[in-house]
Amino acid sequence: MGITKRVVMDAEGIDRSITRIAYEMLEDNKGATDLILVAIRSGGILLSGRIKEKIANIEGVEVPRGILDITLYRDDVVMTGKKPQMGETDIPCSLNDKKVVLVDDVIFTGRTIRAAMDALMDFGRPRLIRLAVLVDRGHRELPIRPDYVGEVLPSALWEDVNVNLSKSGGTDEVLIIQDMGMD
Amino acid sequence: MILERKDVLGLSDFSAAEIDLVLDTAETFREISTRTIKKVPTLRGITVINLFYEASTRTRTSFEIAAKRLSADAVNISSSTSSVVKGETLSDTAKTLEAMSPDIIVIRHPCAGAPHILARLLSQSIINAGDGSHEHPTQALLDMLTIRHKKGAIQGLKVAIVGDVKHSRVARSNIHGLTTMGASVTVCGPAMLMPRAVERMGVVVETNMKDALRDADVIIMLRMQLERQRSHVFPSSREYARLFCLTRLMLENAKPDAIVMHPGPINRGIEISPDVADGPQSVILEQVTNGVAIRMALLYLLAGGRQ
Repeated sequence: MGITKRVVMDAEGIDRSITRIAYEMLEDNKGATDLILVAIRSGGILLSGRIKEKIANIEGVEVPRGILDITLYRDDVVMTGKKPQMGETDIPCSLNDKKVVLVDDVIFTGRTIRAAMDALMDFGRPRLIRLAVLVDRGHRELPIRPDYVGEVLPSALWEDVNVNLSKSGGTDEVLIIQDMGMD
Repeated sequence: MILERKDVLGLSDFSAAEIDLVLDTAETFREISTRTIKKVPTLRGITVINLFYEASTRTRTSFEIAAKRLSADAVNISSSTSSVVKGETLSDTAKTLEAMSPDIIVIRHPCAGAPHILARLLSQSIINAGDGSHEHPTQALLDMLTIRHKKGAIQGLKVAIVGDVKHSRVARSNIHGLTTMGASVTVCGPAMLMPRAVERMGVVVETNMKDALRDADVIIMLRMQLERQRSHVFPSSREYARLFCLTRLMLENAKPDAIVMHPGPINRGIEISPDVADGPQSVILEQVTNGVAIRMALLYLLAGGRQ
């Protein structure tokens, strides 16, 4: 049977979701004051850039954007011996008393977000932390839920959800990939 | 990527890919030491024992800080305050420590091969922090991290290693590592302090320091190891300094942007003059900073995943 791919969001749908997320963030925070986006490496990087652009278009404000690598905060490094390739962590300003919005492409078990929150706390004491994701695919293993969601896409455990954002934006899509095996 | 080995005993059998993995990992660990809260929870529950049979300030402190910044528990044992003074053998000490189930044992020992004995004896990961005149792999790795950071790459550089090559484990590990990474290495020192057949390690031998420094991108000065010289190979420090001390004048023989390294502790005025050691081309303190990152990387890469 091989691998089947299903497009569940196209470029236009993704763009509308990101626009809505940006408006919701600004409404919640009553503007962009003290707002900072922190992207989780690597899925959140392009998405956070898009949100930053939208906010700049709507409010005329450049919100700061940081990047967080959560590898060292994972709960399975010692248990499984997995040593994923690490990337740079870059938090451009103090997080003390800031309103931090964590940005990731997909929320799944919630363990990445748990690690990201622990990591953020080591960089300061934010006033609050919120979570923005493009896709919520369910199957949470921790009591964590996103504040801003592009789309809720219930998925099966054996499926993969891929968010493919491009730098230009024209070929963006969200795919559900199902590997049916060889027989 | 995973470091596919239980122990880090020396660089003689490290591949270029393994060295790159360690250096790349260390690169990302450098940032942690610049944070306000210099600690990540990665190695919670891991116990590291630093077993030091020789005096050490920087290496032992560096391993201890590295373990603590990764949230591992570090225990230090030095031979002068342990049951070694009561006559316990290395293998008995090792078995005793094993019974307390540590995860990683860092050992420094005056005898070459001591870490290898532990590695065979114990199921724990062993890291060699210097064994006699044999190897000091973490020092060579931190030297390579410093070189890569300053020069962009190691491949194609000319590195001069000057001093007491014969007694230097730093030189041996660096020769293995640097030649594996594609640098050309020249060693220089008095004939009596040159190991026999050192050219077979793939290095050029010079007895005149000016020739050794010509076109060098990197100069690694070695410490005169007076404690390892039982015989009369070293008539006078003053004579040695006249021929092999890295002075400002001598440094002019190297490339103008050459960096000056020293594993420490420095014998000022013997192998390096104070104005060079503290001068603009010296990266000696950056080596110390990188040492913590390298040791964090090794602890991280060795810990866990072997149930």
